[in-house]
Amino acid sequence: MIRVVLPFHLRTLARVDGEVELEVNGPVTQRSVLDALEARYPVLCGTIRDHVTQQRRAFVRFFACEEDLSHESPDTPLPEAVASGAEPFIVIGAIAGG
Amino acid sequence: MSTVRVLVGTRKGAFILTSDGKRETWDVNGPHFGGWEIYHLKGSPVDSNRLYASQSSGWYGQIIQRSNDGGKTWEQPGTKPSEPTTTPDGTPMGESNKFVYDTSSGSGKPLTTHQWYDGTQHPWEFKRVWHLEPSLTDPDTVYAGVEDAALFRSTDGGQTWQELSGLRGHGSGAQWAPGAGGMCLHTILLDPSNPERIFIGISAAGAFRTDDGGKTWRPINRGLKSQYIPDPNAEIGFCVHRLAMNRSRPNVLFMQLHWDVMRSDNAGDSWREVSGNLPTDFGFPIDVHAHEPNTVYVVPIKSDSEHYPPDGKLRVYRSRTGGDEWEALTNGLPQRDCYVNVLRDAMAVDSLDSCGIYFGTSGGQVYASADAGDHWAPIVRDLPPVVSVEVQTLP
Repeated sequence: MIRVVLPFHLRTLARVDGEVELEVNGPVTQRSVLDALEARYPVLCGTIRDHVTQQRRAFVRFFACEEDLSHESPDTPLPEAVASGAEPFIVIGAIAGG
Repeated sequence: MSTVRVLVGTRKGAFILTSDGKRETWDVNGPHFGGWEIYHLKGSPVDSNRLYASQSSGWYGQIIQRSNDGGKTWEQPGTKPSEPTTTPDGTPMGESNKFVYDTSSGSGKPLTTHQWYDGTQHPWEFKRVWHLEPSLTDPDTVYAGVEDAALFRSTDGGQTWQELSGLRGHGSGAQWAPGAGGMCLHTILLDPSNPERIFIGISAAGAFRTDDGGKTWRPINRGLKSQYIPDPNAEIGFCVHRLAMNRSRPNVLFMQLHWDVMRSDNAGDSWREVSGNLPTDFGFPIDVHAHEPNTVYVVPIKSDSEHYPPDGKLRVYRSRTGGDEWEALTNGLPQRDCYVNVLRDAMAVDSLDSCGIYFGTSGGQVYASADAGDHWAPIVRDLPPVVSVEVQTLP
């Protein structure tokens, strides 16, 4: 089971409290986790990555195991601790502006 | 007695203000979508409980919200949580926040770039919905004006959106350039006498009109002048801030241009300046009295470099002559130390016998006048900066 932590506004949109738990088939990557997340919560389509290009939105960042994974390839396997559910995959709204 | 519902979009959420026909005491409900920018929300003219809202964020992009109960509850009209996102045959289900520019070869002249600030070509990039205009006849049909400038339409209550790509593809699209606020399609006027005719305004491309339901478009900017455009016959490139019409006389249009207040008596084929005795003819909103088609309202702003009222006095100006002759309306408005702005979509009129006028400010005030502007009072004073104001007159 993959654990995902969403930022406040996306939790509100998806109407969830706390972490989201997802089943991911196959390799656990940014892409497969986000695919599973959007399949469960269609309203999140387009809010984390672009509908068409699938590019991460500029002010959204990905963290796990105290590492910034935002610039990793979406197909790079996530850390084993994420794949095993020991650590969450964290989506963060970057702090910018006032 | 009639009820009035004022729909207010702000930088940090939406608010719904309601009153009876006297418009003296108000109930303030909100924030809805707290923390999100609400560029616009508007009700259907044929189903007053059907509202659409544009919810957006620099972080998370665009969300479309819909209400079927006058704003008590809201939903994203796309696929519900936990429902499959594709049909059994693999077709994607509706995604209400998906605005994808038409680049198909079968849609006329699809464009991929427009002019950027430095004169180079720049890809068209969807940023947000500035304005939602529900159909005059069908509550499930709604138009969306977006940044980067394009017009979209939904015919399924906001679940899916299709671009009316003849606008961008009419020929000048590659020359359109953004204004300081971005390249936005901010005004959509539906002609109540002709369902095939739509007027739109784009900053900083100009005004355009379709006479065939959105298939083909032409610029309607003849007579506009801009100190930045030396060519007096330029077809596009004008920083139109807002268009307005009275429903009873849809061939007469009023425009707040960047500088200049303009009027057209032939559906935009030509324009003449009607700034007259205004203290400054820079501004953003313009609107027309619901029952007097020659009574027009603007809020003069000092200049394009100083976005606040002249002399620290917040004054709405009213013309009862269709322009040229203007009077300051000040009763109840702050007449000293006031340095707020009023944005282009932040003025509206109701349709009660004694026409109500409403506007919101960058300081979070929403002012109302129940007597066509003679007297004003704030409904609320301390909202987040107001982006848009619409009003519904309910039986």
